[in-house]
Amino acid sequence: MKPERVPGRYIREEDLRRLPGVIEYTPTARYSYSAGQALSEFLRGLKDGRILGKLCPSCRRVLVPPRVYCEFCFTPTTEWVEVTGAGRVETAVISYIGVARERLEKPEIIGVIRLDAPGHAENSFDFAGLFHKLCGVTEDDVKSGRVIGMRVKPRWKPVHERVGSILDIECFEPLQPREVV
Amino acid sequence: MKSNIFVKDKVAIVGAGLTLFRRRLLETPRDLAWEASREALSSAGLTLKDIDCIVVGSAPDAFDGIHMKGEYLADGSGGFNKPVVRVFVGGGTGVMVPAVAWWHVASGLCKTVLAVGEEKMSHAYPHPQGVFAYIWDPILERPLGPNLIWIFALEMRRYMHVCNASKEDIALVSVKNKRNALDHPAAQAAAKITVDDVLKSEVLVWPVQLLDISPVSDGAAALVLASESVARRVTDTPVWVEGIGFTLDNTHWYNRDLAYPRYLEYAARMAYKMAGIERPWREIDVAEPYDPFDYKELHHIEGLMLARRCEAPKLLKEGYFDRSGELPTSPGGGLLGVGNPIAAAGVMKVAELFWQLRYEAGARQVKKPVHKAVANAWGDLMQAGTVVVLST
Amino acid sequence: MRVAVVGVGWYGFKPTVPELSFREMMFEAAVRAYEDAGVDPRRDVDAFISCQEDFWEGIAISDEFAPEPIGGVLRPTMTITGDGLQCVGQAYMMIKSGAFNVVAVEAHAKPSDIMSPQEIYEFSLDPNIRTLKISNPLFQAGLDAVAYMRRSGASREHLAMVAVKNKVRGLLNSRASHSAKLTLDQVLDSKPVIHPLTRYEIAGFTDVAINVVLASEDVARRLGDKHVWVEGIWWATEVGTGAVEWHEWGRMPSMRLAALGAYKLAGVEDPLRQTDFSEVEDRFSYMELLSLEELGLGGGGAHRMLESGYYNPEGGYPVNPSGGSLSMGVTLEATGLSRLLEVVLQLRGEAGGVQLKDVRRAVVASWRGPPTYTSIVAVVSRD
Repeated sequence: MKPERVPGRYIREEDLRRLPGVIEYTPTARYSYSAGQALSEFLRGLKDGRILGKLCPSCRRVLVPPRVYCEFCFTPTTEWVEVTGAGRVETAVISYIGVARERLEKPEIIGVIRLDAPGHAENSFDFAGLFHKLCGVTEDDVKSGRVIGMRVKPRWKPVHERVGSILDIECFEPLQPREVV
Repeated sequence: MKSNIFVKDKVAIVGAGLTLFRRRLLETPRDLAWEASREALSSAGLTLKDIDCIVVGSAPDAFDGIHMKGEYLADGSGGFNKPVVRVFVGGGTGVMVPAVAWWHVASGLCKTVLAVGEEKMSHAYPHPQGVFAYIWDPILERPLGPNLIWIFALEMRRYMHVCNASKEDIALVSVKNKRNALDHPAAQAAAKITVDDVLKSEVLVWPVQLLDISPVSDGAAALVLASESVARRVTDTPVWVEGIGFTLDNTHWYNRDLAYPRYLEYAARMAYKMAGIERPWREIDVAEPYDPFDYKELHHIEGLMLARRCEAPKLLKEGYFDRSGELPTSPGGGLLGVGNPIAAAGVMKVAELFWQLRYEAGARQVKKPVHKAVANAWGDLMQAGTVVVLST
Repeated sequence: MRVAVVGVGWYGFKPTVPELSFREMMFEAAVRAYEDAGVDPRRDVDAFISCQEDFWEGIAISDEFAPEPIGGVLRPTMTITGDGLQCVGQAYMMIKSGAFNVVAVEAHAKPSDIMSPQEIYEFSLDPNIRTLKISNPLFQAGLDAVAYMRRSGASREHLAMVAVKNKVRGLLNSRASHSAKLTLDQVLDSKPVIHPLTRYEIAGFTDVAINVVLASEDVARRLGDKHVWVEGIWWATEVGTGAVEWHEWGRMPSMRLAALGAYKLAGVEDPLRQTDFSEVEDRFSYMELLSLEELGLGGGGAHRMLESGYYNPEGGYPVNPSGGSLSMGVTLEATGLSRLLEVVLQLRGEAGGVQLKDVRRAVVASWRGPPTYTSIVAVVSRD
């Protein structure tokens, strides 16, 4: 039977620590990412409490997040178009762990939101969307599937707390049934 | 069978080898690359002198803990005064490696290629998963503090919703693969588990639970590819690389429906076209679809057009993808059973098909006769599809 | 069946490009390259290859950002971690295999976004060497320079001459942001940064995005007259960064092997006579001379040829008529493409202020820089 030989020696954490010549090293890797034309404007918009998209003159879709190109048509995008921020939940999950796999004190609900934006066909495969936290929904809403398709809108941080970041949106929350955005 | 008349020189895999896959191995990254290379070479009856070119695959440098990781792995992979190139398409690397090796030979420039996939995730502290904090868009995504499992969970949830698949249906993949892996000598996570075990395991990011996921691993795997003339001299059963395919979808993964991996379908179509395969669900005998998570295998089976959209869970329940089934998938145990040292895992899957097609897989050998096989790997932010089609 | 460069495009060649993100720079370069080639990436390009390294980008799977700005979405797109010329090598093989007709290659650099470049170079060193806590992680360049000088008899003056030749030449090149009106004395009077190299002999960094479109002979001829043939290309790694102790100090065997491979494919036996000029690695002054030697362009001794003026723009065999990396800046993994770009422009007669007369064929050479020993060489010509 192949493979005939499988080299390699398993070692436990404690044994590893006891080996001579183990090197510990923390890299210093710091970057200052240029936001560029599209995202700079987008972030400025967020600071003002607006979600901005950019129009592709070829396919006529408004892309959110905005970019200087439409990656499908390979055409430079042209006009800035503000979207309402309302949308519906495409998918949502409940996280019990943090970035480095540590258990969180309070679980977070995260979702992909399909935003209302001109140019996109109903239920199209590609859409204008954002990835963000969801609030005002329960774990049961998520597990039961009620949350998928739910209409939501952004909950903005107070003006003085907004700095021009995706976190200027605190989360997306369900549209109150009577509210029209 | 149609052969592609435009390709200059047919390319075959003539040898394969791999190391143990474990959470933590004593061997250094270069040692691992070397051990796997040596196994692959000796299985082909060749030495490094016989190798013209080298292709290395390894995923994020941050795991092994060295910038320009390909340069570091070079000599471990036999790269002493030889052409060496490193491929990196995230998790798709493992199957991209033989694809890149394919054109090294098909171009006529190299007669033999040593293709190595290596990953040493155990170097990363406090936990390798922390490395995935940096795969996100620095401006729009990282500030949210995303964990890698979030994106898989979002995709899994969407797939479950669109295809009406339950967690029980999906957990069967984990059960199947871990059981298959009991017969794989390198396996890290082989086990006899039940669907219940999966549903009782720790919930990480609902709906993803601990036993839905492949483990973090160290390991390496290697293949030897050769042109037709060399292949026929070296072995009686060369395994021909009949088709390769690769595609990347857009970076804005939250601007598209995650229920279906269309990028994989594009890559698969490319590979099938080259291989002259028109009805993969009928012509493919055995497959190794990438399975870092259980639902991903189903996702990829559909993307590879081995089942219709949303049909995979139903077929799985019927035993269609078992070793004794109509179209066995992950007969070696896959990532869920053998382990997931990212780039090495993809190469391991190709190696498994190599052995299956030569009837050398021993207890893992699938019941039915096998001539054509397909393997895929996936990577990046739900973007990369890499495919190879093999045949004897 | 031959392989040609049918289009080139670039954006940047400045120490910082603050107005655009790296993705936007890639887009600008790509648009220009496709326009130059006369191709629609969504229809005519069969594959897209990007050359990038995570730690230059600051993103743990930089491949994720490759497809969108270059027209590669839902197309065969992939990433090689290597110098741009290695990607050209891949494209060459892909086209030669017959399975691809048109392949676009991109590489970019935004070192201005990197706040801790020295530390990232340190991170590329073998962990055992890191524990030595050497203050400048580029020290290997100094070790090689000293060994080279001792073996060849080249002196500090010769190294300084390279810096003066290239940095002054760059004043005529609109893509050379690091040029300067230098004199030999200024260089020699300067303190070494990495002995024996002074700050003028170590190239600074530059932001750029470059896109090169390659095609098979049939397609190239259909697209027009501007094509430039890649007659041969090869690459080699002498030793990995985990085994630099085994490197032949003062030599670049990887470049020699790469050259031999490229010359064999191109049918070149006497490069000094059969090619007209070259763009070679000069991110450290000594590397220009060492590269020339290993490329078989050193005649009786590269430093002696340099001294005689042979490598000057008006000389018998111009070397780095663009001003090289010393005046254009090192563009990380796009360095090889920067050299190739200059060669393509020269051969087409589009090199502007640095245009040479009557040139038909050139050698392009790149080295991935310390601590690596990986080199790539190509022979490029026009009809």
